[in-house]
Amino acid sequence: MKPTDPAITWLEEKPLGLTERLYLPLFFQGLSTTARHMVSRKVTVNYPEVRPTIGNPLIYRGVHRLNRDDAGRVKCVACFLCATACPAHCIDIVATESPWPDREKYPESFTIDELRCIFCGMCEEACPVDAIELTSLLDLTGKSREEMIFDKEKLLSVYDMTKDAEPMKSKTLAAGGMATFGPAPGSPAAGAGGHH
Amino acid sequence: MPTVIVDGKDIEIGAHERLNCIEVARRAGVEIPHYCWHPGLSVVASCRMCLIETGTRDAATGKITMMPKLVPGCQTPAKDGTVIVTDTALVKDSRARVEEALLIDHPIDCSICDKAGECLLQDYHFEHGQAERRTDLNPFHSRRRDVGPTVTLFVDRCIMCTRCVRFTREVSGTSELMVINRGSKEEIAVFPGFPLDNKLSGNVVDLCPVGALGDKDFLYQQRVWFLKRESNVCGGCSAGCSIVTEHNQDTVYRLKPRENPHVNKWWMCDDGRYGWHHLHDPARLLSAGRLVSSNDDHETVEWSDVTTRLRQDLSGAGRLAVAVSPMLTLEEAWMLCAVARSIDQQAALFVGHVPVSGSDESFPGGFTIRAEKCPNRIGVEAVVALFEPEIRGWNELVRAVGAGEYDAAWITAGYPHAWIDDTTAAPFGKLRLLVVQDLFESPLSKLATWRLPAAGFAERAGTWVNVAHRAQVFAAAVRAPAGVWPEGRLYWNMLGRRGLYDPAAVRRQIAESSAALAALGGDLPAVGVDLRVDQLASS
Ligand code: SF4
Ligand code: SF4
Ligand code: SF4
Ligand code: SF4
Ligand code: FES
Repeated sequence: MKPTDPAITWLEEKPLGLTERLYLPLFFQGLSTTARHMVSRKVTVNYPEVRPTIGNPLIYRGVHRLNRDDAGRVKCVACFLCATACPAHCIDIVATESPWPDREKYPESFTIDELRCIFCGMCEEACPVDAIELTSLLDLTGKSREEMIFDKEKLLSVYDMTKDAEPMKSKTLAAGGMATFGPAPGSPAAGAGGHH
Repeated sequence: MPTVIVDGKDIEIGAHERLNCIEVARRAGVEIPHYCWHPGLSVVASCRMCLIETGTRDAATGKITMMPKLVPGCQTPAKDGTVIVTDTALVKDSRARVEEALLIDHPIDCSICDKAGECLLQDYHFEHGQAERRTDLNPFHSRRRDVGPTVTLFVDRCIMCTRCVRFTREVSGTSELMVINRGSKEEIAVFPGFPLDNKLSGNVVDLCPVGALGDKDFLYQQRVWFLKRESNVCGGCSAGCSIVTEHNQDTVYRLKPRENPHVNKWWMCDDGRYGWHHLHDPARLLSAGRLVSSNDDHETVEWSDVTTRLRQDLSGAGRLAVAVSPMLTLEEAWMLCAVARSIDQQAALFVGHVPVSGSDESFPGGFTIRAEKCPNRIGVEAVVALFEPEIRGWNELVRAVGAGEYDAAWITAGYPHAWIDDTTAAPFGKLRLLVVQDLFESPLSKLATWRLPAAGFAERAGTWVNVAHRAQVFAAAVRAPAGVWPEGRLYWNMLGRRGLYDPAAVRRQIAESSAALAALGGDLPAVGVDLRVDQLASS
């Protein structure tokens, strides 16, 4: 849009009035905000001694996990849609024919470079079988770059670690579980959960 | 000129052209969706996707009479005065109904279907299908049926267009595929004990408009939207089929035929289709090596030194013989001859080993697999003829080396298969200097003073001339592996030319220096040029 565009309305700043020019009234107004926050409920925590509470894990975007199906096998069908959607190109999949009679294709290897990931959640949105999900694990540390490339086993172990605290989102949603987590269904926050 | 009216636009066609409505509409920029029709196969008009409205325009009065019913565009010839209408509500509705019917018992397992991304059912549904569903669609996994060593069938994804069946009957002439059962239970199958196993079987995968036929070699290797495509020529035999090399990150994933009416039409053979695996063979020679006299071993030489040291070695070695491999492109062959003559004015230039296996194999559909398993013998002969009064071949070179007529030899090879045995190689051991340029270690390269790596077919750029004297220009699809300089790059540098190897510049130079190859001067069309036709025209 050019500055000369007729759709733009140009506003002039209003000249300062008497109270504004006196300075002190505004000074006390600002100070009262500071004082209010000194006595109100704290929103920050002493991380890492105190861990923050995640309001709604459904919409939190932390470390990935690869979900398992009912038989305990990796749920992913190696469709590459997450790798296609990923803007950071950090998902690398090697697909092959599955060894199971009821499945056709599965990932022989599945790695995510967590350092390259920008935690946008597009992979989770793209997955047609709810195999990849972002958990609410937020402290992701490692001693080397290699350690931060998560392979299939590691991603499945994240699922094993978190599955009780955070059931698979498709199941949570199917059970009407949304209401148990913070925001009510239909609120903007709940709508961002990725599953409809 | 006969005129056809496509959606209100007048399209002129040739007086003797026999076109159907799909082909004429395409000239008007109108795509009529179709499944069962393929220009290389007979017309069955069974899928009904191409239904359109037609009519005739009276030449005298200009009055248009329309047919009351929809007709299949694939089966309706376009004549003078034919009126084709493709954008009416009736046509659109018919297409949506066909799509709806196809989806009723389709698995819709696109997420694991190799065809997704290039599937006509997907594309047509997106363009012509309806958004709402009137039936319950329950995605399920397609049943799989093994139909042959290279092809697998996903039974439920099939839309019964019978392209594959007609291909095996009309083009390969082997008739392995058939339709079993009737009506909605129709399926594609093979007769027990007679699998789909012929030299053209891979083509049915290209023909299949959906993901029903899968190529086992490519199955699940890569999603098609990750692939990059480069137009190439197959190096498998002297037919020189036009192909597209599909690759990603310098790894080739599959080859597909590229339509060329003068060479391969729409097809290619399985030897060529699967003949790229050697490109990624870990056994390939991956560095330039020079024999160290003290320990009988090859030391790796940096490429920047190769150009000068190789030239030095060759200049001091005495009478030089050069084998110009028919795997080289025209440009590479010409530069090799120029390099050799710049080192030794009398250097003898021979056409390299021409691998032959069996005899030519023809199929009823007019496709021939050549026995000569190299892509550019004719081109290399034409180049050598520019430097030598007569063409001498590999056998004469072997004899002359055995007779001690030369002191040094430079053998270019680049064959994907083993090509020389110990007995043939033995006389080369007596030479003072032997340079061998090949893809793999061989009995000959064991004797070599200089062992240089060669490029594979998809890594070369230049021109090949096929058995019918058709010259096709192509660019490299992938980069050669680290440590390998393609021949073109080495010769370009040995000639002391500046910058990157530029095949077009060399080609222009060849065209200027030779009347026989003058046709190579300008920009060549994608289907190539026939060198003989151009000679007749210019003489
Ligand atoms: S969260 Fe975003 S950046 Fe990270 S892997 Fe998924 S799609 Fe890629
Ligand atoms: S989108 Fe889902 S099923 Fe597809 S490859 Fe990614 S994790 Fe696997
Ligand atoms: S053939 Fe494959 S890609 Fe095409 S619609 Fe069917 S499942 Fe999807
Ligand atoms: S397998 Fe493919 S080509 Fe053959 S009939 Fe079915 S859809 Fe057509
Ligand atoms: S393409 Fe015309 S009926 Fe199938």
